[in-house]
Amino acid sequence: MQTKNIKRRQFFKLSAAAGGGMVLGFSWLVSCKQASPVAHVLNMPKDWFEFNAYLKIGDTGVATIFSQNPEIGQNVKTSMPMIVAEELDIDWRNVLVEQAGLNTNKFERQVAGGSQSIRQGWETLRKAGATARQLLVNAAAKEWEVTPSECRTENGIIYGPNNKQMGYGKVASAAAGMEIPKDVQLKDPKDFKIIGNGKGNVDIDKIITGQPLFGLDTKREGMLYAAVVRPPAFGQKLTSFDDAEARKVNGVKDIIQFGDKIAVLAKTTWQAFKAKKLIKAVYKQDVPAESTTDHNIALADLLNKKTTEFLRNDGDVEKAFKEADKVVTRVYEAPFLPHNCLEPMNFFANVTDEKVDMYGPIQTPAWARSRAAAILKREEADIDVGMSRMGGGFGRRLYGDFSDEAAEISSLAKAPIQLTFSREDDMTAGTYRPATKYQIQASIKDDKITGYRLTEAAINRNMFDSIADFFPAGAIPNLQVIAQKHDSNITTGAWRAPYTNFLAFAEQSFFDEIAQMLDKDEVELRMELLEQAKGPASTDEKIEYNPKRMQACIRLATEKANWGKMGSNVHQGISAYYSHNTHVTEIANVEMRDNVPVVTEVTCVVDCGIVINPKGAINQIEGGIIDGIGHAMYGDFSFEKGVPSASNFDRFRLIRNTEAPKISVHFIKSNIDPTGLGEPSLPPAGGAIANALFKATGKRMYKQPFIKEEDVLG
Amino acid sequence: MLNIVNIICIFSQNKKQKKYIHTDTKKLNHQTPKTSEYMEEYTLTINNKTQTIEADNDTPLLWVLRDQLNMVGTKYGCGIGQCGACTVHLDGVAVRSCSLPISSITGAITTIEGLSEKGDHPVQQAWKEHDVPQCGYCQAGQMMTASALLKKNPSPSDEEIQTAMNGNICRCGTYLRINKAVKTAAKL
Repeated sequence: MQTKNIKRRQFFKLSAAAGGGMVLGFSWLVSCKQASPVAHVLNMPKDWFEFNAYLKIGDTGVATIFSQNPEIGQNVKTSMPMIVAEELDIDWRNVLVEQAGLNTNKFERQVAGGSQSIRQGWETLRKAGATARQLLVNAAAKEWEVTPSECRTENGIIYGPNNKQMGYGKVASAAAGMEIPKDVQLKDPKDFKIIGNGKGNVDIDKIITGQPLFGLDTKREGMLYAAVVRPPAFGQKLTSFDDAEARKVNGVKDIIQFGDKIAVLAKTTWQAFKAKKLIKAVYKQDVPAESTTDHNIALADLLNKKTTEFLRNDGDVEKAFKEADKVVTRVYEAPFLPHNCLEPMNFFANVTDEKVDMYGPIQTPAWARSRAAAILKREEADIDVGMSRMGGGFGRRLYGDFSDEAAEISSLAKAPIQLTFSREDDMTAGTYRPATKYQIQASIKDDKITGYRLTEAAINRNMFDSIADFFPAGAIPNLQVIAQKHDSNITTGAWRAPYTNFLAFAEQSFFDEIAQMLDKDEVELRMELLEQAKGPASTDEKIEYNPKRMQACIRLATEKANWGKMGSNVHQGISAYYSHNTHVTEIANVEMRDNVPVVTEVTCVVDCGIVINPKGAINQIEGGIIDGIGHAMYGDFSFEKGVPSASNFDRFRLIRNTEAPKISVHFIKSNIDPTGLGEPSLPPAGGAIANALFKATGKRMYKQPFIKEEDVLG
Repeated sequence: MLNIVNIICIFSQNKKQKKYIHTDTKKLNHQTPKTSEYMEEYTLTINNKTQTIEADNDTPLLWVLRDQLNMVGTKYGCGIGQCGACTVHLDGVAVRSCSLPISSITGAITTIEGLSEKGDHPVQQAWKEHDVPQCGYCQAGQMMTASALLKKNPSPSDEEIQTAMNGNICRCGTYLRINKAVKTAAKL
């Protein structure tokens, strides 16, 4: 293949042709307004004028929009600025985006987590853009000696009466100095020009040319690389170590103990990793070493432990169970899971007497700063925590144990350091998705579900209260949700779509089983239950989901997936799940290939209200589905006397290219305020494929990873 | 494609010079002074430029690129050749730089930074057109694997694309876009 010098006009022609080959239900190419074939040249300003924390505008009309939240790949770095730009009413091609620094005076919630960036930023971002627009109009009106109401804007130009017009750049200086208007007009969604139109990732050029972007790419003057030796099993303490051999490695500058850990500092990462391996450390088991066999027994016991504490207790479940024709009980299990961000944990810290400079991949920079202040006994005002782009977050980088370590090591070494975890460090250091069991019970009387009890037994921590208000709360009058936990020295934390990442599979495959027992179509059963959640028969208690919106998702999904019309070779399973304020329905197709069931396609319908950036949104949905399938199918992680069963990808299996099914994504058209997409498409995936696998093989899945069911999956 | 320039480069690469270099004995906190060690000197051709590097003979090319040559486009994901984030070209063939000790290298290296001068290699253009990345961390490795594939097989089938790309993990799950982008790049 020869590289050709492609002219931009030809390039866009080709991209339109390529669109025909895509298997996408939602044709984003249609809604993408292609830039004109003539290359757009940015007229870089000489002077910049600040309007607010989000926005500065230059004398040429080019704007820089600051993206306030950390970027983990959810592409808020593109979509949040799009919202500002929309209300500013500027040409998106004249927008530059920069990552904002940590500034809790200027910004609220600089966090990546919970799929909340768009939902919680929506109002503020719109106001920021709209306020700047109004200031520009006011300034132009003043100059023209007309009233602002006689003026309008379009694409970065202010139009006044009598054919007057002026670009934002001309009036930016004056506008930035004017009094901030109290009430500003926000656009009607039908007038959106940027929102709802796919925009390319703002960092695409840097990503495709390998420019420095990620925390691991950080380079600072005088920096040493640090690698840390940690106890190989949970519950161990360091008693002594011999670093004589390690010190002989070229480039090693220092070896420092801190707590039960040992930091090796060297001129390069490789030297630090190499020296680390040569340290002979002696540990004592301080608290009992735990094994998965112990956890399984403990969790199983908890499922049937009598309790009077409920996360939710509607009606009288005991009575319903007593009077039932039968009570169906099923137990579902899932293991611990490491997050396995492809960029391993790392952080830069330079602790000096004047200030503390920290930088790297962190989903919670403000929290990291407050912890660093406590560890270093310094004022928060002296500490800066800058946000690099992150090679994945998935919840792991909510917990800045690594930024804490970096701060401590730098302080002890009196040097700037870049702490890097090896993959082995990353996979074995902790903060896992907790191993969990769910017991789901339903009472059936006269072919109706009369009662429902969900019991969780999890390591260390339980589902948050709001999950108890998800479906089927409100749909079944007698309902209990119980949460039990078993404390462990193995550390755990939030993992993409916490709890729902496994609960959704348990619940949705349970309802499929019930449908089968009642000899009822599983779609019909769901629609009926959702109907019950609407009417006066439902409980007065609050429910977290919207039954009508979920029904609409189910309807569209069955239509787009040709539910029931795919012929006997294609086995379809459905899963409808609400999480993080967004409603999702997925239908998975499974076909037998050489007697092995293969997930060939997933149809996904999403109701997230207004879709800000369809290009990025579809990417998130596809990614969540593939992530959900991958971990449900293959993710296995256990402990033997406190030692994890895997430390790298040779023993921990992540889903690969050949295993990803075709996916079609459909959004419910809506003008409802937008909700998040980072997590919601993951929970339904496991249930959709489990329900399809049942149709294909006659076997129900109760344990994740499914790959362990060898008699089913071959 | 061998030409005169490449032949000269290969010849000059094979000359390895052993140099004895005393490392710094900067004292920090509890450190004891080190005995003198030596590192070896290697000459490599990377992105058509000759570079001379001092490193221990077992240093993987990945870390030479990242820590010594400031070329951070090639990424570390696992260190055992399982994830593909470290993929570079050795004489046009995709290899895992995390598992390639500097002392074993004979051949011209291409990294993501050298895939094209202006970032307009067909694979890069296709990646931009399809808006492939989510976090972006794996994508340099994906593109290096894809470009090596297309060099060998200019019109791969969907199955051939998936098989060739299967060694590259994308934790964010952009596989569908990756495959579409490779298909598009083949046509450019």
